[in-house]
Amino acid sequence: MPRETIYEAKIEYLQILDEDGNLDKKLAKGSLSDEQVLELYEQMWIYRQFDEIAFKLQRSGRMGTYPQNKGQEANAAGSALAMVRGTDWVVPSYRENLAMHMHGMPYHHILMHWMGDERGNMIPDGVKMLPLSVPIGTHMLHAAGIGWAMKIRGEEAAAITYFGDGATSEGDFHGAMNFASVMQAPVIFFCQNNHWAISVPTDQQMNSQTVAQKALAYDMPTIRVDGNDIFAVYLAVKEARERAVSGGGPSFIEGLTYRLGDHTTADDARRYRDADEVEAWAEKDPLIRTRKYLVSKDLWDDEKQELLGERATKIVGEIVKAAEGVREPATAEFFDSMFAELPRDLAEQRDSMRTSSIGINPGQVGLSAQPERV
Amino acid sequence: MMTTAYTPDMSLITDDVHPALGHWELPHFAEEHELPPRDGAPGQERVIQFREALREAMSEEMRRDQRIFLCGEEVAQYNGAYKVSQGMLEEFGEKRIIDTPISENGFAGMAIGAAMMGLKPIVEFMSWSFSLVAADPILNNAPKMLYMSGGQWGCPIVFRGNDGAGGQLGSTHSWCVEGLYANIPGLKMVIPSNPYDAKGLLKTAIRDPDPVFFLESERMLGDRAHVPAEEYYIPFGRARRVREGDACTLVSWGRPVNFCIEACEKLAENGIECDLLDMRTIRPLDIDSIVASLKKTGRVVVVDQSWPFGSVASETITQICEHGFDWLDSAPVRVNTRDVPTPYARGLEHAYLPNAERVVEAVLRIVEV
Repeated sequence: MPRETIYEAKIEYLQILDEDGNLDKKLAKGSLSDEQVLELYEQMWIYRQFDEIAFKLQRSGRMGTYPQNKGQEANAAGSALAMVRGTDWVVPSYRENLAMHMHGMPYHHILMHWMGDERGNMIPDGVKMLPLSVPIGTHMLHAAGIGWAMKIRGEEAAAITYFGDGATSEGDFHGAMNFASVMQAPVIFFCQNNHWAISVPTDQQMNSQTVAQKALAYDMPTIRVDGNDIFAVYLAVKEARERAVSGGGPSFIEGLTYRLGDHTTADDARRYRDADEVEAWAEKDPLIRTRKYLVSKDLWDDEKQELLGERATKIVGEIVKAAEGVREPATAEFFDSMFAELPRDLAEQRDSMRTSSIGINPGQVGLSAQPERV
Repeated sequence: MMTTAYTPDMSLITDDVHPALGHWELPHFAEEHELPPRDGAPGQERVIQFREALREAMSEEMRRDQRIFLCGEEVAQYNGAYKVSQGMLEEFGEKRIIDTPISENGFAGMAIGAAMMGLKPIVEFMSWSFSLVAADPILNNAPKMLYMSGGQWGCPIVFRGNDGAGGQLGSTHSWCVEGLYANIPGLKMVIPSNPYDAKGLLKTAIRDPDPVFFLESERMLGDRAHVPAEEYYIPFGRARRVREGDACTLVSWGRPVNFCIEACEKLAENGIECDLLDMRTIRPLDIDSIVASLKKTGRVVVVDQSWPFGSVASETITQICEHGFDWLDSAPVRVNTRDVPTPYARGLEHAYLPNAERVVEAVLRIVEV
């Protein structure tokens, strides 16, 4: 009778660009070109400005709640570039705005969403994306369904879905992973492990050494990468995508990063987070290390930085103007998007703005003569 | 490479477009009298089971449209836990008749993703009782998707399965979900009472661009009746007058319609003729037909196999009061299940459900004999 090990697994960790901006050239093979690094740096930097302005809009009462993405830009940028815009599907949560933007979602839509306008969720023609999803984990199943539909339709494409470390405690996560695995759907599960689910740290969320190992149960290729390193993120997603579109099924990527801001503007993380921890992670900021790398390669200097700053201010100004310039939705409009064709009872509610009984039957409250009996 | 300056395209914030409408061609809806006859010509009847009528509806639509697929537990190899999908795997193959892992939350959520990607899923819940673990996708995602995307993303999907007491299945497996789910805006709810309607309504549900909850009953799947071989579509929101009378209006849907027919026959023996309306869909609800009947009878009994508090019967009676108060000669009466979990014991389950005796009793209470 045997008693032996029948399954063993290892979790790979990948870092190509360290926090001081040093690049491992060997590992960087197949990753980003200088041109791409420049593009991603600019995208991340402009996004950071957008994020700061969004925060200020909330503080000045011009926007509702907003979850800052600050510190997690490399996960969004590196993964978005590795996916093919207009072909692949992006199924976002709410901390990868930059990935949404890079795949065609206008920034002012994102602001409109958080300002409380459903029209901010409208996706422009040709953009392959679902509206951002605030419930935790439910959208991962939609991504599995999209991947499955791609397979049925014979499309050469993949879907990427984003979620946090906390979301992996949800049943939806396991359902989506299992379905994608069983159906071998072309889906990339991208976990933004930012160490905190509001006030609950990852080690209280799970008793697993890595999030990446959860994919082992579904026999899914899995890896943990330095999520503040655009080279590592890009390469891991690129490999996962190649696998997905060539029939290799789903993959899992854990991008280890840190939420530099609060959970949302309704939160104050200082109450539960150690300032030293935040400070240590601030030094690992993806923007800082990417800039160091570019400077070391003579691709960047202070003058360029200044120009970028000016451009960013102008761009973000335009975005805010666009979001605030949209006409207010009219009250009756909330009936318009209920069904493909508005049913009569809803049309009546829209036209009368009435859901109470009073006045439906005038005779009932003596508003007019009693109708004739039949 | 320099990032181009941001130029917002304001034309994106325009009138809403429902993508599903572009893709989903609606069928022609006939008036009631234009539908094929409910009774076959003598000797020419085509009597099939309720489950076969459902299968026929799905198969006809699947032959027409490659985007439609059926998924759920045991629907493929096993031919469906209740044999509704018998033979469908053989005809349509495993890409379109899909045995899923046991996770209602999983396959309901995944089907929603597939719907948004341009497919038309039919999701079978072995029992609607099991849909409770899929509450988030079916209640929080599917019916709200269009609204939450500013009118852009429809969710053309059919959820179907057995609803109500199936015969000594105990309280956790005997749910009538209509009382809970009908409360949600953005969904349509269909509850057929007979094989003929089951086929015509399910075909309409599959062609519908919005999420449709289709509630069947395990106790009716073996019911047999003439069902035309031809294709027909029964529009939503139109009740059917099952029996004509002027003593009292009886309003029901789904399995209890059959109890009402039985009750009507007993009442007729005593000279009491009731107007019996089968609502077929409760979202939308054909309140006009109820009020039209009420104008003739002045009395109404609503029969509903879900719990009384906040039930579809409650809503129906509220609407009756709103739209037809002046024609009421007595307070409206409802017959619901008893307000307890569905009992396991046979005798208790019978006493718990609406039945012909309880309907007769309710009618007699308000009809002047």
